[in-house]
Amino acid sequence: MEHLISLFVRSVFIENMALSFFLGMCSFIAISKKVETAIGLGVAVVVVQAITVPANNLMYNLLLREGALAWAGLPEVDLSFLGLLSYIGVIAAIVQILEMLLDKYMPSLYNALGIFLPLITVNCVIMAGSLFMVERDYTLAESAVYGVGSGASWALAIALLAGIREKLKYSDVPEGLQGLGITFITIGLMSLGFMSFSGVQL
Amino acid sequence: MSKPTVKEVLLNPILNNNPIALQILGICSALAVTSNLKTAVVMSIALTLVTACSSMFISMIRSQIPSSIRMIVQMVIIASLVIVVDQLLRAYAFSLSKQLSVFVGLIITNCIVMGRAEAFAMQNPPLLSFMDGIGNGLGYSAMLITLGVIRELFGAGKLFGIEIIALAKDGGWYVPNGLLLLPPSAFFLIGLIIWGLRTWKKEQVEKPAFRMAPQVVEKEAY
Repeated sequence: MEHLISLFVRSVFIENMALSFFLGMCSFIAISKKVETAIGLGVAVVVVQAITVPANNLMYNLLLREGALAWAGLPEVDLSFLGLLSYIGVIAAIVQILEMLLDKYMPSLYNALGIFLPLITVNCVIMAGSLFMVERDYTLAESAVYGVGSGASWALAIALLAGIREKLKYSDVPEGLQGLGITFITIGLMSLGFMSFSGVQL
Repeated sequence: MSKPTVKEVLLNPILNNNPIALQILGICSALAVTSNLKTAVVMSIALTLVTACSSMFISMIRSQIPSSIRMIVQMVIIASLVIVVDQLLRAYAFSLSKQLSVFVGLIITNCIVMGRAEAFAMQNPPLLSFMDGIGNGLGYSAMLITLGVIRELFGAGKLFGIEIIALAKDGGWYVPNGLLLLPPSAFFLIGLIIWGLRTWKKEQVEKPAFRMAPQVVEKEAY
């Protein structure tokens, strides 16, 4: 249990997806102009991440890994080269299913998340979550915790950035830095702040 | 709209319409792999190839793809190409592929590839799309290599792992700036490059989202 809590804290603060691995930067910058939409997208990422990472973990361990097909009488088959294709397939399928389910059963949530869900398929955070999970050999429980944690780390970062940008729009920025330029520098400073967590050992 | 020429699609993305500096595409990997030049170069080559080939293949079958499932079709083509690149790297440059770790896989979700497929290849013939892919890949590479050179040269005094500037700790004169090897420096550098580029090419400057009305007393503005 303690191990899982430490994994969670580590994935949120120390290994922050957006600020120390620079993942999901495209939507991180494009959709952080307003706090409200940023939080909407953040929540959507947490939800999708929490489902896809364990799902990909199951798929990797039961189908793709070397010797994983032993139950089907094929112990020497190694399908791990198909990994990339299958993870993205699983992600795209889960996002699609989630969209349909939300539309049917939770229309209010669907309206809140609606536009962001399709965007999430191509968000690198989701894909990276699954790839890191495979690379670090997480178990099912660990991967569930890691999914929630890494999603939360990204949501936290985008909400913070949106807060800063909302205030920043009233400041007098030099002409060439307007918009994208100053956003990069802001993220740089935030990332510098988050680096102070890197010394924390749990 | 007039037909874009080969030269235009090949050269425009490098300075006038840079995927990273202007289109906000493919930033994730640009930051993570640039702490030394070698990974930056390998990543640039990989991405340029994948973008060019995927644009070409998607453009070849563009009239057969039903628009409702085009995302999935594009995704499958891109993912297959990335698997080829990944396997090649693993076979011929294993230590490098370990260093790049997940970032080769992340080419799949790199917005440049998807963005060019969606925005250009779906409307244009294969050869032109191929060139457009190369062009955007080059724009991305230009940015990555610039960052890689600055970060490795001033952060570690080396290029491609070969010492260029003698470091103070080995009796030379240069004290390396360790910040450049850390993640935040990449953001600062990109911010500054964008600033430079936009000072040079004025038409890329964004309109400020908010401007204080001239007759408002400063106190009232808040």
